[in-house]
Amino acid sequence: MAATQEEIVEGLAEIVNEIAGIPTEDVQLDKSFTDDLDVDSLSMVEVVVAAEERFDVKIPDDDVKNLKTVGDATAYILKHQA
Amino acid sequence: MSPTNRTVVVTGIGATTPLGGDAASTWEGLLAGRSGVRPLEQEWAADQAVRIAAQIAVEPGEVIPRPQARRLDRSAQFALIAAKEAWADAGFTDKAGEDPSVDPDRLGTVIASGIGGVTTLLDQYDVLKEKGVRRVSPHTVPMLMPNGPSANVGLAVGARAGVHTPVSACASGAEAIGYAIEMIRTGRADVVVAGGTEAAIHPLPIAAFGNMMAMSKNNDDPEGASRPYDVARDGFVLGEGAGVVVLESAEHAAARGARVYAEAVGQGISADAHDIVQPEPEGRGISHALQNLLDSTDLDPAEIMHVNAHATSTPAGDVAELKALRKVFGDEADHFAVSATKSMTGHLLGGAGGVESVAAVLALYHRLAPPTINVENLDPEAEAAADIVRGEPRKLPVEGRIAALNDSFGFGGHNVVLAFRTV
Repeated sequence: MAATQEEIVEGLAEIVNEIAGIPTEDVQLDKSFTDDLDVDSLSMVEVVVAAEERFDVKIPDDDVKNLKTVGDATAYILKHQA
Repeated sequence: MSPTNRTVVVTGIGATTPLGGDAASTWEGLLAGRSGVRPLEQEWAADQAVRIAAQIAVEPGEVIPRPQARRLDRSAQFALIAAKEAWADAGFTDKAGEDPSVDPDRLGTVIASGIGGVTTLLDQYDVLKEKGVRRVSPHTVPMLMPNGPSANVGLAVGARAGVHTPVSACASGAEAIGYAIEMIRTGRADVVVAGGTEAAIHPLPIAAFGNMMAMSKNNDDPEGASRPYDVARDGFVLGEGAGVVVLESAEHAAARGARVYAEAVGQGISADAHDIVQPEPEGRGISHALQNLLDSTDLDPAEIMHVNAHATSTPAGDVAELKALRKVFGDEADHFAVSATKSMTGHLLGGAGGVESVAAVLALYHRLAPPTINVENLDPEAEAAADIVRGEPRKLPVEGRIAALNDSFGFGGHNVVLAFRTV
């Protein structure tokens, strides 16, 4: 069953917490991965791989650069999840 | 002093070792004659010929926040912990520039390891095989590169005068400190954070060293396994950890009123050109390094009261080193209190020169030589060549200037001797 927007944000929050140590409650739709959540370009690759696994979705490298905020990633996953 | 022959002093020390999570607890462990060697309880150890090692006393994950730790190889974690301790111990309150007493353009780091990020390399290869290409960590390359520890310490302290990593197997840590002394002596830097680190307790290096017949297989008596100079010594015990010193030009240290532990007098370096792994049995290469030390510094052999020996507990190497000391120094070697601290810490490979320089500096500072443990039956050849400090610490002369040597030798025939003296 496909994840809801709420479930995706919650999942991304756990991933970002694991990788960057940011408290889960700080991971909100409007937050930028690089500017607000201490996720640099290498760590973004980790976030993407973890999200792919968790939400059963493929996120090609070319699309990763468009995922600036948690909202961008959530929308992408909502649209593309299997 | 001319600008290209400046005096170098030690103003900070740090360590994380099998004996303790900092320099003070490591020193206390050394004086107490405590062994850091334990059985390897990991599942993979069961079918190894060698099932003992000197593992770190305080896991780096207890000190470094998890998000930072997961991007650092274990060797870099050790280096960072020891370097931060040394940096604070030297009296610096922030990174260079933020702390105005040190200029980032005049600050360097030289941190070495013998094998580099070997556990990262091997663990990520397991990930590749088991989970596929996509799951290999994007942090793998900066984690496995041998210059990773030096680069990460450089980032932490804000070093812009140069970040270096000389690699010479088990002489790496000592070579790093020697390189740092030269950076300051010749005017390239005013302050250099220098030392060695190693994290190689993993089934592959243990299998490989074990198959070379280089390691002790005394699995039934872990604490007695590292026994330099004892007739029953049968190889080294692998250790892990890091030792780091802050070196500084004497003028720079004086200008900011820093406490000085000792002077870093200089180094002697040579190569054996004998065999890729076997030490030259008469210690000719070591003698050459010792002679180079005497020729390139104003070290007075009459002042040398202590030697932190390389002595890894191998049958050939331990005695060759003592013969070389006797050959170069003659009767002066009578007053060398020789300590083999690897009897307690195990052999930290590229970390050894760092940790043992910390030990040698503290021995001078406290005028106390740590013991060599597990010498039950002293090898007659060792007894004939040197005065081995056994069982209890030995008081060094309380009056006058005294000096100490720290020897480190590595596979490849690398010989590095460092000299320190009281100020």
